[in-house]
Amino acid sequence: MRIALFATCIVDAMYPEVAQATVRILRRLGHEVIFPEGQSCCGQMHINSGKFAQAEPVIANHVRAFTSTEWDVAVAPSASCVASLGHQQPMVATRMGNDALASEAAEVAERTYELTQFLTDVQGVTDAAADLGSYFPHRVTYHPSCHGMRLLRLGDRQSSLVRSVEGIDFVELPLADSCCGFGGTFSVKNPEVSSAMLADKVRTIQATEADVCTGGDASCLLHIGGGMSRFERTGSCDGAPDVTAVHVKETSSTDERGHTTETLTTVVGADDDDHLTPGHRGTSPAEPSRTQSGFRVGQAAVHLARILASTKEDPLRVPSEGAEVSGGSLR
Amino acid sequence: MTFLGMPLLPSKRRSDLPGGQGNIIEAEAFPEASHEHLSNQQLRNNIGHATSTIRSKRAEVVSELDDWEALRDAGEATKNEVMANLPEYLAQFEEAFTAAGGIIHWARDADEANAIVTELIEDNAPMLETGRREVIKVKSMATQEIGLNEHLEAEGIDAFETDLAELIVQLGEDKPSHILVPAIHRNRDEIREIFMDKMPDAGELTNEPAVLAEAARRHLRHKFLTTKVAISGANFGIAETGTLGVVESEGNGRMCLTLPETLITVMGIEKLLPKFADLEVFLQLLPRSSTGERMNPYTSFWTGKSEGDGPQNVHLVLLDNGRTRALADEHGRTALNCIRCSACMNVCPVYERTGGHAYGSTYPGPIGAILSPLLTGVQEQGNGSLPYASSLCGACYDVCPVKINIPEILVHLRGEDVKANHSPVSSQLDTALTGASWMMGDGKRMAAAERGLPLAHKVTSGEQINALPGIASAWTSSRDIPALPEKSFRQLWAEEEANDRDEEGQR
Repeated sequence: MRIALFATCIVDAMYPEVAQATVRILRRLGHEVIFPEGQSCCGQMHINSGKFAQAEPVIANHVRAFTSTEWDVAVAPSASCVASLGHQQPMVATRMGNDALASEAAEVAERTYELTQFLTDVQGVTDAAADLGSYFPHRVTYHPSCHGMRLLRLGDRQSSLVRSVEGIDFVELPLADSCCGFGGTFSVKNPEVSSAMLADKVRTIQATEADVCTGGDASCLLHIGGGMSRFERTGSCDGAPDVTAVHVKETSSTDERGHTTETLTTVVGADDDDHLTPGHRGTSPAEPSRTQSGFRVGQAAVHLARILASTKEDPLRVPSEGAEVSGGSLR
Repeated sequence: MTFLGMPLLPSKRRSDLPGGQGNIIEAEAFPEASHEHLSNQQLRNNIGHATSTIRSKRAEVVSELDDWEALRDAGEATKNEVMANLPEYLAQFEEAFTAAGGIIHWARDADEANAIVTELIEDNAPMLETGRREVIKVKSMATQEIGLNEHLEAEGIDAFETDLAELIVQLGEDKPSHILVPAIHRNRDEIREIFMDKMPDAGELTNEPAVLAEAARRHLRHKFLTTKVAISGANFGIAETGTLGVVESEGNGRMCLTLPETLITVMGIEKLLPKFADLEVFLQLLPRSSTGERMNPYTSFWTGKSEGDGPQNVHLVLLDNGRTRALADEHGRTALNCIRCSACMNVCPVYERTGGHAYGSTYPGPIGAILSPLLTGVQEQGNGSLPYASSLCGACYDVCPVKINIPEILVHLRGEDVKANHSPVSSQLDTALTGASWMMGDGKRMAAAERGLPLAHKVTSGEQINALPGIASAWTSSRDIPALPEKSFRQLWAEEEANDRDEEGQR
C-alpha cells in the first residue's frame, strides 16, 4: 500500500521521533510511505478557539495536501487530529459557506486513519510482538486520550496493542478516562483549571510506579510530560503548592512479625485520598528513585508509536536519558 | 388570553428576540471566578467525593439496561419533535390545561414571571401578623433561574424551600452549586452548623444524616400544614392531557403539591412532551441519569384540579426568558432538550474542580456553559467566557440521556463569541492564532518557520523550557515544555530523501 503520512503539526515540530517511529512501523509492514510536503495542521487549534475564518485556510491547506489519488490511505499518529478531520473540518467549512471544501474534507477524512486504527482495523495486527517485533522491557501505564476514546471510539485497541509488546510490564492507570486538562487553548485560557486536572493525572501516574506513561496523542503527552517534568523538579504541577502540594512523609509500620518497615508515603493535601490508594509507595520529588532500567520513575511520557517501533535490535532510548532522539534513520 | 411568550418560528434575526434575565449571567469571567474555588481544598474534596459516588451509581444502573442507547435515541427524537413544533404543542397544552380547570400565564422573561407570581401570592396567601406573607416551595430550577425568592423577599413574601438540599442552601444564605444536589459543596459538619444556627428549635444535633433529616422534617412539618400557597417547578408538561409532573426523592414536594389551597407552577416552555406515553422513556432516562436510581421515590402528576382533593386554585406560569432565542439558534437549540438530570456535571472534570458557583449561573457545568449563553445571547451580553470553560473532553456528551452534543455546541458558541468580537483589543493568544493561521495555511510557510528550530534548540541548550514570557507563561506556570528538537520531521525527511537520491546517483 502507498501510505501518506500526516505527521500533524505538534509531532512535526516538537516530536519528530514519533513520526519517524510511525514510518518505521509502516515500512516494517511492507508499505511505501509518502510525506505530502504541503501539509501543516488539521486546524483544530483554530476551530476549538472559535476562529472559524482563520481555520478555513488551514483546512483548505490540509485538503490540498491530501487530496490525491497517488496514495491509498493517510495515517496519522494522533487520534485528536484524525477526529478533527472527520468531525470538525466539514462542519466548519459548511459554516463558512464553503460546501465544496466541506465535501472534499469529508473525503480526505474518510481515508485517513489513526495509527492504531490502521494497524488493527486495516492490517489486522493484534500482536505487536509477533507482527511488528515490538520490544520494550519497561513498566508502562497508558492514558487514553479523550478524542481517541470518545470521538474515534478506539476502545481498547491502543492499550491492547501496547500490552502485546514483548517484555512490557503493563499497569492500569486509575481514572484513566479522565481528561488530562490539555484541551488545546483551554490550557492557556483556563490555566488554573487545566493545571488542577493535570496535577491529578500526574499523581495517578506516579502512583502506578510506571517508568513510562504512554498514549496515542502527542498533544496530551506534551501536557502530561510537561506536568511530570515540573512535578519531578518542584513537587507540584498545579501551580498551587500550598494547597495541593504533594508532601512526602516517612511512615513506619510494624507487621505481624514485629518487623518495622519504613515507607515513603505520598500525601496529597490535607485529607484528599480520593485519587490515591492511601499509603501507596510514592517517590520523593527531591530524590527521584531509579528503576532497574535506569529511567526516572514517572519521568517519561512516550508516544505509543515509539514503543511499537522499538525492537531488540533498535531499542528505544527515552528522551529523559539525555534528550537524544532515537533511531535517527527512518528505517 | 395573552401570548406574551409564544415562541416565534426560528428566525435569522436572532438578535431581535429577547434575551433571558435573572441568575443566568456570569458576574465575572470563568477563569477569575474559578480561581478561589480551585484553591478551596474542602470544596474540591466535597464535590470530588459526591460526584464520583453519583458517577459510579449512574454507570451501574445504566449498564443494567440493554436498550439504554435506544432509550437515549428515543428521548432525543421526542425532544427534537417538541422543539420543531413548539408553538403547536404549547397551544395544545394550554387548551388541555385550561379545560382541566387550570389557569395559564405567559411570561416573556424573569421580570414578568416574578410579577405574575407575586400578584398570585398577594391574592391567595394571607397577610400574617408580621406584616409578611409566606409560601412553601418545591425544588425548582426555573424559579432559581428567575431569582424568584430574592424578588419575593423584597415584596414582603417569605418563600420556604422544602427540598432538604435547597433548604440547606437557603438557610446557609448560599447559592445552589449543582442542579440536582444544590448543597453538594457542603459536608455534614457544615450542614449541622447551619441547622443549629438557623433553626430556632433544632436543639443539639449530631452530624448523622438521619438526625439532620429529622431536624429538617420537624422544621418543615408546621409549614406544610399551615401555608396556603405553594410554588413548584415541573419536570414535564404533557401536551396531550395538560398534565404537569414532578419527580423527587423526599416527598416534601408532594406535600407542597397536595396540602395548600393554591398551587403556582413555574415551567420553562421547553419542558413539554407530546403524550403521556412518552413518560415511559423519560422516567427511565431521568432517574438513572440524575440520582443513579432505577426509579425516584416520589413521582407526582396533576391535571388541573379535582373537586375536594388537593389545591383548588391551580396556576401555571409558562416561562420564555430567552428560550425562543435559543430555539432560533439552529446550531445550539438542542440545548433546550435538557431534562436537568445533572449527569453532565457529575462527569465533567472542569466542574469537579471548580464547583458550580464558578459558572455564575443557575445552570452550572457543561450544560450551563452552553445553556446560559444561549438564553442570554452570547452576542450582546455576558457569558462570553462560559463556552471556553471546557477542555472538550466529551464526557458530557457520552452520558447525556437525550444526546445533546455539548462539545459541538461549545465550539459553535466560541465561534459566536469570536464573531461578536467582545474585546476589540486582540489578546496575545489571538495574535498568536492569527500568525499560526497564516503559517499553517501553507506547508511551505510552516517549513520556513521550522528552520528556526536549530537556533531555538541551541538557545535553550537542548533543555526543557521552564518559563516563558507573555501568554505562554500561562502554560509554564505549572508545566514544562520539552526540549525542542534540533530538526523538524519535515527536515529529517527531506534529508533522508536527499541521501537516497545521492546513493542512487552513486550506483
